[in-house]
Formats: sequence, structure tokens, C-alpha cells
Amino acid sequence: MKTEIEPTSTAAGSPSTVRTRSTGRAGDKIFLGLSRGSGIALLVIMAAIAAFLTYRAAIAISKDDANFLTTLEWNTSSSPMRFGIAVLAYGTVVSSIIAMLIAVPIAVGIALFISHYAPRRLAAPVAYVIDLLAAVPSIVYGLWGALFLVPHLTGLYTWFDDYLGWTGILSYQGGAARSLFTVGILLAIMILPIVTSVSREVFRQVPKMHEEAALALGATRWEVIRMAVLPFGRSGIISASMLGLGRALGETMAVATVLSSNFRIEASLLDPGGGTFAQNIASRFKEAGDDGRDALIASGLVLFVVTLLVNGAARMIIARRKEYSGTAA
Amino acid sequence: MSNAVVDKNVPRHGSSLQQPRLPGWAPYALIVVSLALGAGLGTALGMGNPFQMGLFAALVFIIASYALGAVVEGGRQARNRLATSLVWVCFLLAVVPLLSLIWETVDRGRTVLDGYFLAHSMEGVQTILPGGGAYHAVIGTLEQVGLAALIAVPIGLLTAIYLVEYGRGRLAKAVTFFVDVMTGIPSIVAGLFILSFWIIILGFSYSGFAGAMALAILMMPIVVRSTEEMLKLVPDELREASLALGVPKWRTILKVVLPTAIGGITTGVMLAVARIAGESAPIVLLVFGATGINNNPFEGAQSSLPYYIYEQWQLGNEASFNRAWAAALVLIAFVMILNLVARGIARWKAPKSGR
Repeated sequence: MKTEIEPTSTAAGSPSTVRTRSTGRAGDKIFLGLSRGSGIALLVIMAAIAAFLTYRAAIAISKDDANFLTTLEWNTSSSPMRFGIAVLAYGTVVSSIIAMLIAVPIAVGIALFISHYAPRRLAAPVAYVIDLLAAVPSIVYGLWGALFLVPHLTGLYTWFDDYLGWTGILSYQGGAARSLFTVGILLAIMILPIVTSVSREVFRQVPKMHEEAALALGATRWEVIRMAVLPFGRSGIISASMLGLGRALGETMAVATVLSSNFRIEASLLDPGGGTFAQNIASRFKEAGDDGRDALIASGLVLFVVTLLVNGAARMIIARRKEYSGTAA
Repeated sequence: MSNAVVDKNVPRHGSSLQQPRLPGWAPYALIVVSLALGAGLGTALGMGNPFQMGLFAALVFIIASYALGAVVEGGRQARNRLATSLVWVCFLLAVVPLLSLIWETVDRGRTVLDGYFLAHSMEGVQTILPGGGAYHAVIGTLEQVGLAALIAVPIGLLTAIYLVEYGRGRLAKAVTFFVDVMTGIPSIVAGLFILSFWIIILGFSYSGFAGAMALAILMMPIVVRSTEEMLKLVPDELREASLALGVPKWRTILKVVLPTAIGGITTGVMLAVARIAGESAPIVLLVFGATGINNNPFEGAQSSLPYYIYEQWQLGNEASFNRAWAAALVLIAFVMILNLVARGIARWKAPKSGR
């Protein structure tokens, strides 16, 4: 791919050629300008997102009477306003962690299934089905979660409460299971496809020699995976998980549909309550006045920065991996 | 499960050089036994939920195959069997929610979905009663997604061309990195950006176009990525042949490179459209939702299918739930058809890429 393509100017520059049309050079310049301009436009958009969000957020935070980071309330109709993101940060982090704990092992399992276990006839359809999971719109997941998943989880939560209720974090008072834990389960289903497809790509890159060497030494299939595939794919799994985490952090409508938010930090994960950044913005937006909107933008800025960091880190790991596997191949 | 080598002499324990192995049919027999156990014990204990029974059967299967393997074949083989069954269970676990979701949507959506639903809006419909439709939402979705594609596709295509055909230096590296990062921007943040920039600072009001701009931001990086991949597949020989004939570079790109990759690029664009058609968060912030038909995306509130689902869900009664399911069915069908057609095009055009 990286073979140098000589610029066409050499042909045009040679003195012996008689050229009747000289559109080539001008066309080249215009075309290069357009395409480079588009690239720059993308960078400008990213910068503008950061700039405008920061600008409005700064206005909101200057009007905030309470500490923006640690306050446990969200009151933007009073004057002065009192709002803080502590509850949102807690809810977002907890639901995402639950989602990761459920999704990553299963996704790695599916990726292994597709790359190493499934009969060849089955592997392609399975990969396709997983891609279809990614194509389902988030609001449909939300609807399914609220009207199907929530009623079906009460039994499980009662069981949790019976045996693990003494821990406090897994106690359950009954009622609709529209809690952070349910959100975590739903998010897990939603991030499965991306984690699966990225880890699958990495598993596919494992040098065949490594696997065959292990097999030749008499390793079982599981030992091949443990000794050749997983060590090679570790950084890939990590970055895949972080991409999934980025998705989970920013998921809006599915959470807004399923969670019954009350802007409190509940002791138990199974009881309804809490909130996430994105859900809070979507749920409060319609009732928010001008100042309220700015406050929501301020919380959106936090979400933006966090997802930017998570995704950037994931991409950097992938990029490093690419260089590495490029030399190994 | 699928043992690569099925030994014909399995049951003979005589050969001392060979470890005894479970016969090839053992896993299948185990599946039947554990399914029966799951169903039987499940009914006996009154679980009543097929999913719980399935989970129970899976657990029985995992433990039994490990135990049996450990007794007959020894630890290493048993661990191998454990891993195999775990991986299979992972796969089944992933299929369950997808099947359930599609089943629920189709089953509950088809009760309301008919020609009337697609041809009428919610104007003047009492929300707790059956009736009304999603015509206004379909119009809104088509217009917003169309506008978003009009903005995002040219910028995305040109950026990808820049990255593949021209980009070498620091600018190209920065663009590549930020395109990647942009892929991860939460849709609500894109909505907030347009809100702060277009509505709060520039003072425009809510409209389909504002939503379309946010959707375009979400669509651009997807288009760039997929187009980039496709352009990279175009063999350099084609470019060199064209350049050697004295064709200027821009004409080479337009007449040789793009036509070669057009199938893949179309696929990428369609997948991107399918992706943003389901976005609801920016619509909530920027388009505001309407119950009547508004054909003009540049003025006034509109609706869209994802927003319509959210709105109907919020109304919280049986009739509106049914409408929400029906709209979800329409949306899923739209997205899935786009996906299928896109993949069809990819397959149909693929061999020409010269791989």
C-alpha cells in the first residue's frame, strides 16, 4: 500500500511534451484542497465540540452555588442553582462496571467460539448474528429492556435478596426492577457485539505457527488457547473492552427508558434509583430552562472528556498492537 | 464437542500407550441428559421460566462434562472439555437476548402494524386509545437521515480520499486519530454540541435540520473508516497504470480508484445510515418531537421513529406500548433491510477489488 506514487507533475514538467490542455494541475490542486479541507473540517468539528461545550459549561458552573463535582443534588430551578455530578458519576461508573463484568468474559468466549471452536459452517452465520445485535437501535433495546427484561428480572432479584441480601448491595425491596443492575445487564447485551468483533479480529491474527507449535507438543485445544491465543490477544481484549466501556458510558436512551431515576445513591444495586450522565440529560432536558440546559451541557462535557480519554486510550493500544503484529507477520 | 479426531478404537482400554477417551457421542448424550434434567427439575422446583431452566441445564452440562472428563480422561482433557462447553454456553447466551428481542418486537408489533399505522400521524389521537400511526415519524426519520447523509457523505468520502491518496504527514496522522476518537463520541454529546452552537448561541429554533447535523457528526467517522478500508483494497497497479498513461491524479482517483471501490463504499454508507437511523438522543434534544405531520425539516418540531418509540413508551398505557412496539418493528425492519442490502452489495461487488 505504501508504494510511492510519483506526482504527475513530472510528466507535465518535461519540456518536450506539447500539451493542449493544462487542466490536470489545476484540477489536482482543487481536488487536493477539497479533500484536505474535509480532513481539516473534521478536526475543526472536534475542536468546536470541545470549545462550545466548555464555553456553556463554564457559564453554568459559574452560576452553580454548590460544588460541581461532589454535590448530591440537581436543582437548576432555584436561584442560585445547586447541582453536582456525584450521583451521575456513581451511576455511570457502577452500571458500566456491571456491564463490563458481564459482557467481557462472554464476548471473549464468543470470539473464541467464532475463531477457534465453531464448525466452519457455523462460524460465519454466528459472526453475522452478532453483527445484527449491533445493528439493533438503542431505543429498541430500551423498549425491550423496560417491557420484557425488567418484569423477568424480579424473580432473579428476589433470589439474590434471599441469599445475598445480607451484603447490603444486593438487597431488594421488591417492585419494578428498574435499577442500575438491570441497566448494567442491558448495557452488557448492547456492548457484546463491539467487544466480540474487535477481539475476534485479534484472535484471527494469532500466528498460525504459534498454534501449530503448541498442538505439535500435544496441547489440547484449551491449552493452545491459553498458551498461544490469549497471550497474543491480551492487549486486543483490553482495547476491545475499553471500546465497549466507551459505548456503555455514553449510552442514553436505553438507560433513560429502563432506569427509574431518583437522583440518589442507593445502597443496593438492585433497588431502583440513581442515574447516569447521558440518561440525566435526556430525562431532564424538556423541563430544563435556559440555565438548566447549560447545567446539563456541563455534565455532558464531563461525559465527553471521559469517553474521549477511554476511547483514545483504547485506540492507542490498538495502534501499538498493529505495529507489533505488522512486524511479526 | 466437535473433536477433531474421533478415535475409532475408543472403548478399548487395553492399549496402555493411549489414555482412555470418552466416545464421540458422549457430549451429545450429555446435552440431552442435562436438558432433560433442567426441564424436569425446573418444573419440579417451579421455575416456570424457560430461560432459567436453560441456564440450569447449561450448568449441569458444564459440571457433568468436566466431572466425566476428569474421571475418564484425566485433568488436562477435562479442562479442555470445560473450556469447550463454556465457550458454547457463551455463544448460546448471546443468541438468547437477540432472539427474545426480535421475537417480542415481531410478536407485539404486528398486532398494530398495518397500512393505517403507516399512513396516519398521531394528530388528534387520544393517546390512551388504540389508533393513530407513525407516518409523521417515518417522514421525519427519512428527512433527517437523508439530510445527515447529504452532509456527512461528501465530507467523509473526501476525508478518506485525503487519508489514503494524499495523506502522509502529521495532519493525516491527526485526522486518523481523531476520526477514531470521533467514532466513540456518545450521541447525546453530539446533540449537546449542536444545541449549544446552533440553538443557544446562533439562536435557531428546534428543527429536523438541527437533528440532522448532530446525526451527520455521528455518521462522518463511520463513513471515513469504511471508505478508507475500501480505498486501501484498490490495487496500486491500477493507480500506476492510470498515472503512467498521463492521467492527472484527481482524474485517476475519480475514474479509476472510486469506481473500483464503489461497491464497498456504498456498503459502508448504507451501514452508517442504518446506524444513525436508530439514534434517538440527539432527536430528543434538537427536534423536540411533534404529533402532527411536518414535512419541512428546516422549520418547526418534527418526530422520528426512535423518538416516537420513546414518546409512546413514556405515555405508559397498553395502547401506546403497542404503538411503540409497532414502530420498533418498522425501525428494525428498516435497519435490517439496509444491513442485508448493504452486505449483499458488498458480496456482489467484492471479487472486483482484486484481492
